[in-house]
Amino acid sequence: MTTTEKTSESYYRSLTRNIIFVIVGVSVVPLILITFTIRYFSQTSYQDKVIEHLQVLNKKHKQNIDSFLKERLADIAILKDSYSFDQLANDDFLKDKLRSLQMNSSDALVDLGVVDEHGKQIAYAGPYDLRGANYAEAPWFKAAIQKPYCISDVFPGLRGIPHFIVSVRSENGSTWLLRATVDFDKFNSLVENIRIGETGFAFILNRKGEFQTKPRTDVPPQKDPYLSFLTPGTKDLEQEGVVSNSKIEGRDIIHVMSRLKDGDWVLAFQQTESDAYKALYTVRTITVLIFFLGVIGIAVVAVLLSKRLVKRIRQADQEKEMMDEKVIEAGKLASVGELAAGIAHEINNPVAVMVEEAGWMQDLITDAGPGSIPMVDEFERSLTQIKAQGARCKQITHKLLSFARKTDPVPKRVNINDILSEAISLCEQRVHSGSVKIQGQFAEGLPPIRVSPSEAQQIFINLINNAIDAIEPKGGILKISTRKEGDFIVADVADNGPGIPSYVLPRVFDPFFTTKPVGKGTGLGLSICYGIMKKLGGDITVNTAEGLGTTFHVKFPASKLIDKKAS
Amino acid sequence: MSSDLLNYSNKVNLLLVDDEQAYVNILSRRLERKGFQVKIANNGTQAIQLARIEDFDVAVLDLKMDDMDGIEVLKIFKKMVPDMIVIMLTGHGSEQAARDGMKFGAFDYLTKPCDFEDLVAKIWEAYEDKKTRF
Repeated sequence: MTTTEKTSESYYRSLTRNIIFVIVGVSVVPLILITFTIRYFSQTSYQDKVIEHLQVLNKKHKQNIDSFLKERLADIAILKDSYSFDQLANDDFLKDKLRSLQMNSSDALVDLGVVDEHGKQIAYAGPYDLRGANYAEAPWFKAAIQKPYCISDVFPGLRGIPHFIVSVRSENGSTWLLRATVDFDKFNSLVENIRIGETGFAFILNRKGEFQTKPRTDVPPQKDPYLSFLTPGTKDLEQEGVVSNSKIEGRDIIHVMSRLKDGDWVLAFQQTESDAYKALYTVRTITVLIFFLGVIGIAVVAVLLSKRLVKRIRQADQEKEMMDEKVIEAGKLASVGELAAGIAHEINNPVAVMVEEAGWMQDLITDAGPGSIPMVDEFERSLTQIKAQGARCKQITHKLLSFARKTDPVPKRVNINDILSEAISLCEQRVHSGSVKIQGQFAEGLPPIRVSPSEAQQIFINLINNAIDAIEPKGGILKISTRKEGDFIVADVADNGPGIPSYVLPRVFDPFFTTKPVGKGTGLGLSICYGIMKKLGGDITVNTAEGLGTTFHVKFPASKLIDKKAS
Repeated sequence: MSSDLLNYSNKVNLLLVDDEQAYVNILSRRLERKGFQVKIANNGTQAIQLARIEDFDVAVLDLKMDDMDGIEVLKIFKKMVPDMIVIMLTGHGSEQAARDGMKFGAFDYLTKPCDFEDLVAKIWEAYEDKKTRF
């Protein structure tokens, strides 16, 4: 028993395990696939979107800055074209033009100056006293005198403040330059105000890698990608919105760049990836969190569910086992019944022969006449005894045959009193001790009931046996009566035994509930009775009083009622 | 009973059909003592052969035999010798078969082992019945 228990224990454990694996497997695998597919595609598309956005931003600002510079050049080109050298060489005239420029178009120009071909400033209007300044050696002048118009790099120059110069060259007669200084703060604000997220910022670099605007100081900008972008070898590359990635101090950085000023300057955007993809990373974290919560949830559910399922299965298995035992028992009973019937038939014939032989001897004695046979009385007594015992054998075989015959579940119209008499006579053999008296009080003229005689008998044999078990230890009376109650025929099986304890009472009709010692009762008797009565459309109820006795009421519908229902 | 016997000039011709040899032997002796003319058959085939060559007033027929079902024998009797009265013997618990037999023209049935006096009375009843009919 212990080995079977152990093996079944491990069987249920492995069953639990398998169910858990199946549930977890079936639910987690799709979860993984969905999570990672969505993650991959959302990441790719989101990153593309962010980069695209940065590119658009970069191009737009490039255009802004380009147009700012072009406007400044246009401002002074108009002056140069509209007025003669003599007019512009006059400081007062120049001051007047500077003022009107600052008022009308933009206040981005700080000063104006006219420089001759040798680099000497011959007229100046502006906040500094730069009249007569010599720019012959200044790099901006050297570049500007070569081109019809020019924008210089940012430099501190004579005034010591970072600035840059726009200039146009006049070839009309003599060669001279009209130059203007661009307000560095104005220009700087164009770039400095570009902020993307927390770490994104913009700046402008020249070919030498010098800052043309003030970069944010807290993030060291990476110059390499921009300088390589500006080197002449890479001129084939697109001029705008070029993206590259690099790693600075362990952080992934996105660079977006566009050329300015014919490739002399580069407008650079730079932002850390973690900042640019912040929303994506948040979503990613949430997804992972949901995924793990989901997995934990599934695991918990799988464990609980499988435990409960296995518990049910175990219960069902136990019930089935008990049922199997019951079926085997019933099968045994049936075969015992068949055997008994067979024996009864076989015994009948020899008994009949015996009885007839005894009768024949009696015939012979009668024919011989009185007095002719000695001790004739003894012979007569002996023969009568043989016949009597033969009759007894006949009774026993009849009873055995009745028992074996009761296996048909086909309902018939029967009288309840007949069923009860038969059940009592079958049970009476148990109570030879004499401590139990069975009394029958049958009402006459009851309408028939329509039941399977064997099932009805089973009910009463169960009830009578239970009652005998209850009263046998102390002795008592078992009263069985029948009566009519409305459309029902009621049989009452009443004993004056100890009664049913109140804690047992609610469960007496439950299957497998028994108060008998293990192996004595199956706990099926009353539940079978209950099932049969419910099937018949009748009922079985119990009244009990502790110490006084128990009465079972078995209610059969009268046959008439059933016939009506059937039709 | 002997007074009854005087009332009839001819003995009642009786056919006993049962596969239990010892039973029919002793029964035939006792019945012969009662004044019946008894012939024995141990199975259905024998019974039919006997009935073909001899006229019987009454047949006592066991329903359970090795070679033939008693009901079959009864049906053949009823076709072959319709004026022979048939009393059936059945085991306890197979009264249904006996009731079926009644439908096929049996006179009555007795449950085995039957009381001898009952059997004799039944045979006389059957004989009376035959006399009133034929």
